[in-house]
Amino acid sequence: MISPALALFLLFLIVPIVLAFALAFTNARLISPRPPEFIGLDNFALLLTDPVFWASVRNTFYFAVVVVPVQAGLALVLAVLVNAKVRGTQFFRTIYFLPVVTSMVVVSLLWRFMYQPDGLINRFLEAVTFGGFTGIDWLNDPTWAMPAIMLMSVWQGVGFTMIIWLSGLQTIPAELYEASELDGAGTWHQFRYVTWPGLLQTRTFILVTITIAAFSLFTQINVMTQGGPLDSTTTVVYQAVRSGYQQLQTGYASAISLAFFAMVLAVSLIQRYLSRERG
Amino acid sequence: MSRRNRRIAAASLSVLAVAGLAACSSGTGGNADGPATISLWTHAGGNDAELDVVNGIVEDFNASQDQYVVEVQDFPQDAYNDAVVAAASSNNLPCIVDVDGPNVANWAWAGYIQPMGLPEDTFEGQLEGTLGRVDGEVYAYGYFDVALAMYSRQSILDDAGVRVPTLEEPWTKDEFMDALAKIDGLEQYDYALDMGTGGTGEWISYGYSPQLQSFGGDLVDRSDFQSAEGALNGPEALEWAQWFRGLVDDGYMAQTSGEDSTADFVNGKSGLLFTGNWADTTVKDAFDDAVVLPPPDLGTGPKIGAGSWQWALAEGCEEADGAREYLEFAHDTKYFVEYGNAVGLIPATLDAAAEIPAYAEGGENRIYLEMADQFAVVRPETPAYPFISSVFQKAASDILAGGDPRSILDKAVADIDRDIQQNGGYTS
Repeated sequence: MISPALALFLLFLIVPIVLAFALAFTNARLISPRPPEFIGLDNFALLLTDPVFWASVRNTFYFAVVVVPVQAGLALVLAVLVNAKVRGTQFFRTIYFLPVVTSMVVVSLLWRFMYQPDGLINRFLEAVTFGGFTGIDWLNDPTWAMPAIMLMSVWQGVGFTMIIWLSGLQTIPAELYEASELDGAGTWHQFRYVTWPGLLQTRTFILVTITIAAFSLFTQINVMTQGGPLDSTTTVVYQAVRSGYQQLQTGYASAISLAFFAMVLAVSLIQRYLSRERG
Repeated sequence: MSRRNRRIAAASLSVLAVAGLAACSSGTGGNADGPATISLWTHAGGNDAELDVVNGIVEDFNASQDQYVVEVQDFPQDAYNDAVVAAASSNNLPCIVDVDGPNVANWAWAGYIQPMGLPEDTFEGQLEGTLGRVDGEVYAYGYFDVALAMYSRQSILDDAGVRVPTLEEPWTKDEFMDALAKIDGLEQYDYALDMGTGGTGEWISYGYSPQLQSFGGDLVDRSDFQSAEGALNGPEALEWAQWFRGLVDDGYMAQTSGEDSTADFVNGKSGLLFTGNWADTTVKDAFDDAVVLPPPDLGTGPKIGAGSWQWALAEGCEEADGAREYLEFAHDTKYFVEYGNAVGLIPATLDAAAEIPAYAEGGENRIYLEMADQFAVVRPETPAYPFISSVFQKAASDILAGGDPRSILDKAVADIDRDIQQNGGYTS
């Protein structure tokens, strides 16, 4: 007897993955009267010589390497702050969580306005520097477009990560803090020797989930820059979607997805290895 | 087996929810007792003005005879193409579909749509850009077309001291650049020109490839549609690329304009607006002295795009005769007029234009019809078009962003040629 969950799992996860594997070695098209032909490693050969693919890989890693630690770190700081037993923490928790419940498409559109040359961000920077700052055309500048998207993504995602940290923090027994206080530990030592080790499980979970989320960067790119200017924000997932849907190259898009799968798998395994419990 | 695989693949790639929807409304539902059902799909969901016209035609047709019943299924425009692709993958196409002009050749090649099979004289007096022709055969016809135009104000042109271009005598490239310099010199506008560079997707191909063509280049060599070599990376194309980026370098145009270039123009942020004639009402409502100008002649005469949504007969329709009857019934001047009034765009036939005051001889919108008639270049009628368009969109954005035109265009040509070659020349 096959349970409904297993059936759905097969249909929506296993079947597409197997299909992507198979299609990556064909010249299948989304719209075509020609049956797909097996073309061996042609798609991969093309992929490896495509400068846009390498730009996508570079950008994806750039994004992940910056966003993962910044978002996790900032979220931890926020979590520790709103975990304090002072008035108004509920209020701050809600405020920090607000961007999370807003759709990424909406957030991206709003920030696109804010990043305009005469937008809110430039105006603000001009005001606080008393005109010493000259506006940057954030999303049209190959150097600044990616950092601009990173900032927005961290802002949007940090609330969710904070909630997970918070749940981790609340699993740490209060007695441990009391005991360490009696032993004369200061705030820093409490954090270093009680909080940090107590968050081991949470840490691994956060690291793996936000790394995968960072690797699959797509919505912001699609709405804000379409991979431009000059490929400075194109990502692997964006390129896969563009090849598969806009350019109808199902086979090639599958090859990109397969490369992406290998990439995420490798990174996750490395993370597992590094964060394993040392006996 | 491979055909089956392809179907499964395409279906799984397409939006599954839409596939489910498609499965619910099967293509035909012939019934021995009652009238046969002909299903019709339109992208006009959410666009009430257009949908009302479609429903009106269908009601008239259903009332006119008792052999067939046409059923309308409307989709939001964003989901429409996915729905058709999913339906085709699962052999569930309806009988009549509407199709965006540039996709006609691709859908014909893929076997989604078949030649309409209506007598050729049905289409007499119709703008060529509103007919979806492949290898000389009409696969689709549309009720309206859109023209690209420039908008300004008489007062702006007077202040700048430039002449008003006309259909007979459009601005030359030098005159155009001179006009930009003078409007820029007024120092009243953020930018002298707004070409909607904040737009994305098909707008880029639709809006800017005519300028490339006006320079003498093209998206692909149209003699046999087998290569873009020389067309998209020849000296004319390079000249276009340098000119295009030059507009940004000279400060005449924003690299990425605002969300709504028409609104920006109306709010006085730009002196000259280049867009489609959908902006007509907004601009004329805002300014009493609004003027409509033909696009400049950048070398080989002014050029504008052509081809909007059109109706076609789907492949595998079990009631093809009935569907043809409907398509013939619907190709009536009356409905062209209704469409024209509802959407405000250019009516596709001269007869209909004569009945819509704004588009009749001497009407205030007649200029759009004349431009569509004289300057229109359809987007290349090749199944490769969706790919070509996607490549051109990226190339144009990269050029605007200041990349090296030669390497960008060479890469675009290499990509297009590889795709054509990978698909066996898109010949069968």
